[in-house]
Amino acid sequence: MTRFHAPSRRELLLASGTLFAWAYLPKLAQAEGRDPRFLAIILRGALDGLATVAPVGDPGWVALRGDNALTLDGKVPPLKLDDFFALNPAMPNLHRMFKSNEAIVVHACATPYRERSHFDGQDVLESGLPKPALGESGWLNRALANLAPGGRVDPNGSKAFAVGPVTPLVVRGSAPVLSWSPERILPASEDTVIRLLNLYRHSDEKLASVLEGHVKLAALERAGDMGQKPGGPDAAAGPAQVRAYFAEVAGTAAKFLARQDGPRVGALALDGWDTHYNEGIANGRLAQLLGALDAALAAVETNMGPAWSETVVALITEFGRTARINGTDGTDHGTGTVALLAGGALKGGRVVADWPGLKSGDLFENRDLKATIDLRAVLKGLLKDHLRADERALAENVFPGSAGVRPMTGLVG
Amino acid sequence: MLTGWTWIGLSEPTHGGEFVFVKRLHEPGEQIVLGKRYADTGVAQGRTVLADLARHPATAQHIARKLARHFVADEPPPSLVAKLETTFKDSQGDLKELAKTLVMAEESWAPERTKLRRPSEWIVAMLNIARVMAGQALLGEALRRPPAPNGYPDTEAAWIDGVAHRLDAANYFAERHAADTDPLALLDSGLGPLASAHTRDTIARAESRTQALALLVMAPEFLRR
Repeated sequence: MTRFHAPSRRELLLASGTLFAWAYLPKLAQAEGRDPRFLAIILRGALDGLATVAPVGDPGWVALRGDNALTLDGKVPPLKLDDFFALNPAMPNLHRMFKSNEAIVVHACATPYRERSHFDGQDVLESGLPKPALGESGWLNRALANLAPGGRVDPNGSKAFAVGPVTPLVVRGSAPVLSWSPERILPASEDTVIRLLNLYRHSDEKLASVLEGHVKLAALERAGDMGQKPGGPDAAAGPAQVRAYFAEVAGTAAKFLARQDGPRVGALALDGWDTHYNEGIANGRLAQLLGALDAALAAVETNMGPAWSETVVALITEFGRTARINGTDGTDHGTGTVALLAGGALKGGRVVADWPGLKSGDLFENRDLKATIDLRAVLKGLLKDHLRADERALAENVFPGSAGVRPMTGLVG
Repeated sequence: MLTGWTWIGLSEPTHGGEFVFVKRLHEPGEQIVLGKRYADTGVAQGRTVLADLARHPATAQHIARKLARHFVADEPPPSLVAKLETTFKDSQGDLKELAKTLVMAEESWAPERTKLRRPSEWIVAMLNIARVMAGQALLGEALRRPPAPNGYPDTEAAWIDGVAHRLDAANYFAERHAADTDPLALLDSGLGPLASAHTRDTIARAESRTQALALLVMAPEFLRR
């Protein structure tokens, strides 16, 4: 009978052996004296681009979202990015980076996927393929594997880095992967508990009442504590825990990427963005998550240290959400959304968008913000200019079938 | 009348561990069990009592109920219990015949899944769908090592309060195994037509494979059998 136990981070590092072996590997080729880092953060659940970066300058904006529309003269005003767009007030760090030209927002963009399944959408997002196909590898791993030796990142001397209990597809593949997982994973999210409760209420009264009792108990526990308990086995993940977890995984990724002998590309995934109900404006579930994400970005910036000036962090999600609010104060699966880029290597301080408009006729299927930019163009542009990936390799191997999608220029300085 | 029933010490090389009747330890005299008198015939006294108990109608009922409760439902259909009772009496307690009756009875296959899987059963079911090997004491039930000879409680009341804790285990499991799963395919192969439309819908709309897998192993059809 095999014994099953979760490896501690120390064991993972020692077992991988690679962390300490790097001193003996060939020095990373540093063409042009640059040493770029790339971190992909996958936001699972479909991030609401319109609530993250609100098109406050669009005359149709308030009509669309009513009380849920962030407006500059509203109770909790968003942070101005330019004359048309403003950032959700939960993200002051990203705003600061934007003002220092170290962040770019790409809006109304999406992958070529137009259905509404999270699994398939995430597949397309991470595999880099034009259609879902339970993929074996992701575009970031293939990009690393395809880099010409002697270029900016030596594929033979560097591994891809993955943080989290599961290696995200985006960074899986033939290029070797080093992975790290925090010792404590988050307990099930409150959203998961609520979905389960809904299921039980439909089909199993006994289970529903047991779970309800548990939820009430956990809420009481939390209300009675001033500080957040480190989450005993009964508690679903609360906002402070989520915030701490986001900062821990992102911050650790940065620590590894910052090292002289460390990996140069990495990825991690953050869940919770599927805000079907109680999305909230400045105080709801989304704002809490964005706040946690903002803290995570700050942790990356801090831990990168001087390497921040060589860094690009790309925050991407599988698709957007409906333009209008639904009956439960949330939004449903949509199309166009934002891609957030942060890092000192960027030519930042801009919102890149080919704005499709918000009138009914402008919406995709009269439902969603239309996508006018193919996300692959953004990613190809970053890989090409920041990591010096070959354009042909990008079109054929990294994003197969994307020959018609031109890499976006001018993102990286 | 069981006094004197013991076994030979394990250290004895030839017969260690075997049953032995030690007359010296046997309480002499007649015994009365359930109103019937049993003369002191040494080891035969005890054997006779056991045989009579086995033939007692209450025994047939008890075993029948226990079997039905374990395999089918906390409150088993009386018709099923009756069938098993009859088989027990007719076959003089032949367990093979009882098993046959249980499997052949229509009541055993009623589509409603009502038995709450005990933690060990649930974990095994989880692991089966992921085809992973593990063994661990979890959620209050050490695999293969019950705390007392009467084993683990068999009704839902004993285990259902722990269901909320299973969510934690489900989450932990899902985090580690979600990567290569197709949750809907797993739903089909794990539960097939037994999955309700609600369950199917809940899993299809999950925000990530991890959440889908956790919800799958926590679905009522997966928690019950």
